[in-house]
Amino acid sequence: MKIEARFRINRGDFRLDVDLNLPGQGVTAILGPSGSGKTTLLRAIAGLEHYPGGKLKVGGLCWQEGKNFVPPHQRPLAYVFQEASLFAHLNVHRNLEYGLKRVPKADHKVSLAQAISLLGIEHLLERKPETLSGGERQRVAIARALAVSPQLLMMDEPLASLDIKLKQEILPYIEMLHQKLDIPVIYVSHSPDEVARLADYLVLLEAGRVVATGPIHEILTRLDLPLASDSEAAAIVEAFVSGHDETYHLTHLDFAGGQITVTRNTLPLGSPARLRLGARDVSLTLEHQSRTSILNIFRATVDGITEQGNAQVIVRLLAGGVPILSRITRKSADELGLKMGKPVFAQVKSVALLT
Amino acid sequence: MLTEADLSAIVVTLKLATLTTLILLLLGTPLAWWMSRTRWRFKFLLEAVIALPLVLPPTVLGFYLLVALGPKGPVGALMETLGARPLAFTFTGLVIGSVIYSMPFVVQPLQDAFTAVGRRPLEVAATLRASPLDRFFTIAIPLALPGFFTASVLGFAHTIGEFGVVLMIGGNIPGETQVLSIAIYDHVEAMEYAHAHWLSGVLLLLSFFMLLAVYALNHRFRVLRP
Repeated sequence: MKIEARFRINRGDFRLDVDLNLPGQGVTAILGPSGSGKTTLLRAIAGLEHYPGGKLKVGGLCWQEGKNFVPPHQRPLAYVFQEASLFAHLNVHRNLEYGLKRVPKADHKVSLAQAISLLGIEHLLERKPETLSGGERQRVAIARALAVSPQLLMMDEPLASLDIKLKQEILPYIEMLHQKLDIPVIYVSHSPDEVARLADYLVLLEAGRVVATGPIHEILTRLDLPLASDSEAAAIVEAFVSGHDETYHLTHLDFAGGQITVTRNTLPLGSPARLRLGARDVSLTLEHQSRTSILNIFRATVDGITEQGNAQVIVRLLAGGVPILSRITRKSADELGLKMGKPVFAQVKSVALLT
Repeated sequence: MLTEADLSAIVVTLKLATLTTLILLLLGTPLAWWMSRTRWRFKFLLEAVIALPLVLPPTVLGFYLLVALGPKGPVGALMETLGARPLAFTFTGLVIGSVIYSMPFVVQPLQDAFTAVGRRPLEVAATLRASPLDRFFTIAIPLALPGFFTASVLGFAHTIGEFGVVLMIGGNIPGETQVLSIAIYDHVEAMEYAHAHWLSGVLLLLSFFMLLAVYALNHRFRVLRP
């Protein structure tokens, strides 16, 4: 499956001009500041807004081209809005059933029971929407969307209206979706943090134009893009659990560039895990330091350097082909004689497990 | 106590109000829906026309209706060429007059209710495979239900209270076009204050209890709103 979308929208004060080719699998995040056109693009893809002249093909099917416009209720998608928007006159169970009842039996791939248990809302079924908390409402809205067994799930900042605590409550459910269900997701967000946790593929949008598209680990570490210069800049590394150390209560994870050790977790051996390596937590040495408290050291080569302000540089490294960022002072970079292709050792002070 | 003529005036009145309300709900629902959705530039023109009976003296409306419906008016002439009786001084004429006269009392609450529903629930329903008609019946109408209740009661109550329009186009035919408000006027003219008291009392209580129901139920409905 593949998604081809071309839209030219001119609404006077706002323009959107995109020509996208998105993978029809995993989570594709559309990232950009507010007003960059993320929601407009998503609504155009869903058909909630009809912009003449647009062209949209999803998995070989034409949803829009020329005079042909498939109305939203005939597109096999589901949409989670920023606010849960549950139907106030129906209880949770009947909200969940609303879409399900309108999908032919032959197309049922996600059962109601599965949607309910994935989002952990068994205990809410008889409740009225107004009696639910914000987080519960959004979970019901996500389950309601899943229950139509969509071929494409669209989420428009589903966490934006929730506070930090509720975000942490819901994020794991969203992460679980694309692992448990094989449904491609288009996820709109303005938060690089959320995207780092969820996305496989990234579209950077700014002022209605696509700045960059590509796999998340590429885009996050590209020195010509603003994300790498952010104070929270980080690289994403996909690894898998290779062992647990019971004595010291640690877990080892392997990736193409070596091994990373984190505090013991409950992931089973062999299971995939996503790691976040913050640029400011990665330091560089020319020789392998053996007498150090840092556990995570691996070989890498310098793949690019860009200055950040007067005192600091961001170094892009490749460790076994996997891009990693390191933020060090310009002085250190000069003293180490860093240049393209130079082999170094990357020392990682702290690693966050995102899975 | 109530005479037989009084009772038949009550029956005519209730019949007129019920019929008018039903017709107005049938006509007013699609009209109000359309007005709550459309981005048409000249919507305000239509809104002004519908609201006209709110400010127009009923006798003026009644006069124009009489001219239109009478044998020499455009509608009346058309009826005559079709071999039908002119509508002036008939119950049908009365219904037509009442529908126009009570229109804003039904259309405005419905339009407000549909507007309050907003676009979002309907968009959600669209992404859940509901067709436009499906969305209208399963989302818009249930969410606008308090508005339907208000519209029905106001349309009904307002029709019961009309006087000027009825006087102009309905005349005063007992059992056919004589409604409560006219009967009361007749009693007062004839100095039969006791009869006028009885009928006025019926009208007062009826109106009061209907409004009581609107306010009580609207309060309950509001709790249901998100």
